[in-house]
Amino acid sequence: MGFFFQELVNGIVVGALYSLVALGFSMVYGVLKLLNFAHGDLYMVGAFTGYFVIQWFGGSKALTIPVPLLLVIMFALAAVLAGGLGIAIERFAYRPLRNAPRIAPLITAIGISFFLENAALLLFGAQFRIYNTPDFIPFSSGFRIGSVSVGAVQIMVIALGIVLMIGLQQLVVRTKLGKQMRAVAVDREAAEMLGINVNFTIAATFFLGSALAGIAGVMAGLLFNQVTNTIGFVAGLKAFTAAVVGGIGSIPGAMLGGLLIGIAESFITGYISSTYTNLLVFALLITVMLARPSGLLGRVQLQKV
Amino acid sequence: MSLDPQPKAAGPQVGADEWVAREEDKREYLPSWLGSAQRAGERIGWWPRLAVAAIAGLILPVFGLGGFQLQVGIDALVIALLAVGLNIVVGWAGLLDLGYVAFFGFGAYGFALLSSSQIGTTGIHLPAVLSVPIVMIGAAILGLIVGWPSRRLIGDYLAIVTLFFGEAFVEFTNNVAPKTLGGPNGIISIDPIRSFGYQFTSNQSYYYLLVVLLVLTMAVLRLLDTSRTGRAWRAVREDPLAAAAMTIPVNRLKLMAFAFGAMVAALAGTIFAAQQISVFPNNFDTPILILVYAGLILGGAGSIAGAATGALVVMVIYDGLLRSPTDSGYLFYGLILLTLLVKLRPWSRLGLVLAATIAFGFAAHAIARAISLSAVAGGPASAGWIGRALHHWVIVPANAQVAGNWGFVLLVCLLIALVQVKGRWRTILLVPVLYLASFVWETRLAAEPSITRQLMIGAILIVMMNARPQGLLGERRVEVLT
Repeated sequence: MGFFFQELVNGIVVGALYSLVALGFSMVYGVLKLLNFAHGDLYMVGAFTGYFVIQWFGGSKALTIPVPLLLVIMFALAAVLAGGLGIAIERFAYRPLRNAPRIAPLITAIGISFFLENAALLLFGAQFRIYNTPDFIPFSSGFRIGSVSVGAVQIMVIALGIVLMIGLQQLVVRTKLGKQMRAVAVDREAAEMLGINVNFTIAATFFLGSALAGIAGVMAGLLFNQVTNTIGFVAGLKAFTAAVVGGIGSIPGAMLGGLLIGIAESFITGYISSTYTNLLVFALLITVMLARPSGLLGRVQLQKV
Repeated sequence: MSLDPQPKAAGPQVGADEWVAREEDKREYLPSWLGSAQRAGERIGWWPRLAVAAIAGLILPVFGLGGFQLQVGIDALVIALLAVGLNIVVGWAGLLDLGYVAFFGFGAYGFALLSSSQIGTTGIHLPAVLSVPIVMIGAAILGLIVGWPSRRLIGDYLAIVTLFFGEAFVEFTNNVAPKTLGGPNGIISIDPIRSFGYQFTSNQSYYYLLVVLLVLTMAVLRLLDTSRTGRAWRAVREDPLAAAAMTIPVNRLKLMAFAFGAMVAALAGTIFAAQQISVFPNNFDTPILILVYAGLILGGAGSIAGAATGALVVMVIYDGLLRSPTDSGYLFYGLILLTLLVKLRPWSRLGLVLAATIAFGFAAHAIARAISLSAVAGGPASAGWIGRALHHWVIVPANAQVAGNWGFVLLVCLLIALVQVKGRWRTILLVPVLYLASFVWETRLAAEPSITRQLMIGAILIVMMNARPQGLLGERRVEVLT
């Protein structure tokens, strides 16, 4: 039974990560009806930012500032950089295409994803960058229940994930910006006629979503220790899966989807085989999409003529 | 209240359609005999143009293509065949298929299994005249299966499902049945294309075979395009709902597009496998998909000739020119000069920008040299006379890599700024952007051709979609607002 609960904990941690990436992806889809393929690469940018913050403050072995401060700087800087990049991408590549045929922004998004991935290759090289998290957050921190061990990093990821998700949900439901976002998601033209600054709302959505991806990138660096230019693609795929399984455009759906994918992946790796993990996750996605195209929590979209 | 005339709206015009787009796109002809030549060129029909292109392709090796050039030609023709097939799905039926390369892989792996010693003790060694049609029919059936969800899924969902299908194919060939499919080591020693006592073994013979196959495929697709089916596909692309209301069988047409696209891709795959003598899972990964898309988008989705031309151009640049330091230099500076010539008017402004850029460079070089000798210690990465000409113009510090990286980041930021500003500021900003582009090229990009060419592919997709979504040869589409 210990093994089962250990895998469950690991699954929830990875799921929280996927949920964060999926949230931003889902938000952008909500306001713009655009699959932002570049979203996963913002996660990669966040992960690299975290790595360079560690190097900046003396490297993992000889940190010049206390660990909590380091973590705050890592998360804040990753969020700002990824968010800023998200706004730049929206302004530069997506805004001119808002009235173009549906396929045009999708192809642009693929181009941006490919460009970012290779720009990172040019700037940082192909080798893995190692966070060396155990150097400053030892394995022994955290706690054990029976044979199940939960590391400090894992606790932090889950806690931060929950805080961010609740914060986002509150933002969307209670604030004026959230109201504007929902209005733009329902009908952009009508929202514009009611005096909502559509461009600002979309830019804000991109900033929030991209910042979440950047934060998730730092979490991934702390958890998995390795950063390279291609991590964004796989994470992006998993986030798409999560967002779609939960029902694209729905925030609780993205959380649920992320957790499901994380747990499913953890159990497949633990009980079946790690070679088939991705294959089975993809198969799961295709099954869900065929059986319930609008996702688990999504509403069936009626097509307007 | 301002009395200035309103600027022309950027969005689609109400009630405008393809015909309006064509009327608006009519160019002015050049004066005198140049204009007559232009008109005469436009009067040549589709079929004579295909014939001319085919003959040009067939006599090209006579001018003594070396081994490297021939290989580039073969790769380019394979990608062109793929782009022409992708055009059916994306360009005509308007379905975003991101798993297209899996059909290419299916063709290659199918051919490899049917013409090697992988299965059983002695293996299957079918002649190509049997194995190629079998593989193509298999791919068509697979296309129907993958296209099946397209009956229910609209646009974006289909893109995700097909993307996962493509990824699943790579995972599958990497991990499943390692004895038969070979895992990451792939399948090696595949038979050449062999039928009726003739074997295609040399690269030259594969080149000719591919030219013939590409021309034949284009001819068949042209017939399909101008048939009822072709028109119906375009109706489905523009508006599935309206098409269905006009009794067009939308679902069947979508499936047909998938099946036809898959067949062409599988055909390309068989030739690819036979020419390479081996197949590996990473031959069919996302970079190839993006390469095919770049070709299709550059040439113009929706046009057969555009798809083929775009893919050939992209591949010759990607595989050929960017590999050699002198050729890539010509390409880079040539493209910049050409863009400036086409886009910058009047001539006085063009001359001003060029003169300012040259002066800016010498001034910057002199200042950097006066500050620190190590700031100009490195030499430009371009070889030949370009490198010598730029030696006292572009700053290349001793530590070129770090400087080049910062330059690259700054260049991307400045390019975004350049698109945002208007009028005089754009002209002024152009000067440092041009110099910085040259700086980044000489310090970093020219030294890393394998990364530069990937960046180019991404940039083609972004720039083409924003600047000219119809591609170089395609027809502009204007969305009808209701």
